Amino acid sequence: MTAGAFPRAQCSIAGAATWGVGEAPGHSAMEIAMRSAMGALDDAGLSVGDVDAVFGCLPGDLFAGLSFAEYLGIYPRFTDNNRTGGSSFISHLITACHGIAAGSFETALIAYGSNQRTGGGRLSTPAGWNEWDAMSDGLFPVSGYALAAARHMHEYGTTRTHLAEVAVAARKWAAGNPEAFVRDPLTIEDCLNARTISSPLGKFDCCLVTDGGAAIVVTSTERARDLRAAPVPVLGAAAATWYNSVSQSGDLTTTAAAESGPRAYRCAGIGLADVDVVQLYDAFTINTILFLEDLGFCPKGEGGAFVADGAIAPGGRLAVNTNGGGLSFGHPGMYGLFTLIEGVRQIRGEAANPLADVDIALAHANGGTLSSQATAILGSLATI
Amino acid sequence: MTGPEQQWREALSEGRLVFQRSRASGTVFFPPRITEPGTGDGDWEWVEAPSPATVYSVTVIPSRAGRATAVALVDFDGGGRMMGNVVGIDAESVAIGMRVDVFVDRTGDAPRVQFDATRAAR
Repeated sequence: MTAGAFPRAQCSIAGAATWGVGEAPGHSAMEIAMRSAMGALDDAGLSVGDVDAVFGCLPGDLFAGLSFAEYLGIYPRFTDNNRTGGSSFISHLITACHGIAAGSFETALIAYGSNQRTGGGRLSTPAGWNEWDAMSDGLFPVSGYALAAARHMHEYGTTRTHLAEVAVAARKWAAGNPEAFVRDPLTIEDCLNARTISSPLGKFDCCLVTDGGAAIVVTSTERARDLRAAPVPVLGAAAATWYNSVSQSGDLTTTAAAESGPRAYRCAGIGLADVDVVQLYDAFTINTILFLEDLGFCPKGEGGAFVADGAIAPGGRLAVNTNGGGLSFGHPGMYGLFTLIEGVRQIRGEAANPLADVDIALAHANGGTLSSQATAILGSLATI
Repeated sequence: MTGPEQQWREALSEGRLVFQRSRASGTVFFPPRITEPGTGDGDWEWVEAPSPATVYSVTVIPSRAGRATAVALVDFDGGGRMMGNVVGIDAESVAIGMRVDVFVDRTGDAPRVQFDATRAAR
């Protein structure tokens, strides 16, 4: 057993579903999460009674896993509401794969739901600045990301137009996805002229505030082969945490994705050239640029140039956030699980913007303010 | 004997910004901890934070009321980084690399560390 070892392809995502993305008026966060959970179980052809491990988060319930089990009326052998921010769900997936491979449990449900748009209209999170950062008048969390963006621009010549390219590409993907909450045309000019939230980030550099839920069911690949949906094996996954507050970041232009990515590739036994589609947690436009660099798609500092000229939009050199991402698909507060769902849909050929012959999807999620990073490599059965 | 966080707050209420320094490694660290990060060494001493310090990054938050606020990450000579408002000049004029004076603003409900760019702009 070496550090970073992972039970490659021994476990699969056997079911996946979303519910209420955009607006789900009259529904609680729990109801949105559980609609998603029931959808994922149905997708897999499993029932509530088959679940013996429960994972997940709700915006305001720090014991969400316990609440999910209670709500479903089940008595799981393992429950985990580990909270690393929006990356939590990929951490849950890692734990679920290890637990299933070790025989500790058989069927894991990972669920999330939020009604932050119709319930309050702003980001719903118990997180905030620590006591020391709170002496500033920075806006949590956007100013943390803005500070990273400003430093990246200073060191590498990244421009607001580069940031806008990310937002426009996301919107172009969203235009082809009926489930995406915002599908209107968006131009670079629109982004550059938009109201500043926390410079250099303007309105269109920031993710949406939506409702929405997501859930996946994970079981052994052997068992998943006999279930309703085509199994999507988890080839490898890894997480890394470098700090919580951006004030403790050292070099704020490099994130822990530079560690989680390479470890995930080693676990999966793949190289970057094998990746057919990339789903990144784009809470802000700078995230996409930072993660493309840190995950190795281009050298550090060249992310701006990499995304220029529609390179990550439909028809570009690399398909990134094919659902429209947190910027245009939906962002209920913790987006990480949606990166996995879109990866599953691409591999199964069921995505709204289907790419041809997707065998390997990379899903990457961010937690905190660039603090926690987690990367998962999903494959088709052909990759086992 | 109170914990380091309480000791730090007491210094701040007297108008002093202090950091911790490991006696063995000389590493300066902040926010306050019971031991040096990375080593767990509990043998440390309080030192006064040096001023001026350097803006590592800055973001400007516009205000509908009119006055924009500059919020910076500021690096201290010898180690330590803090987030805080930069005052004394137009928010839009605060730049990365600028040397700013550190002060404790005790005019509000609670004392807070801020940075003054007046001297840098001269």
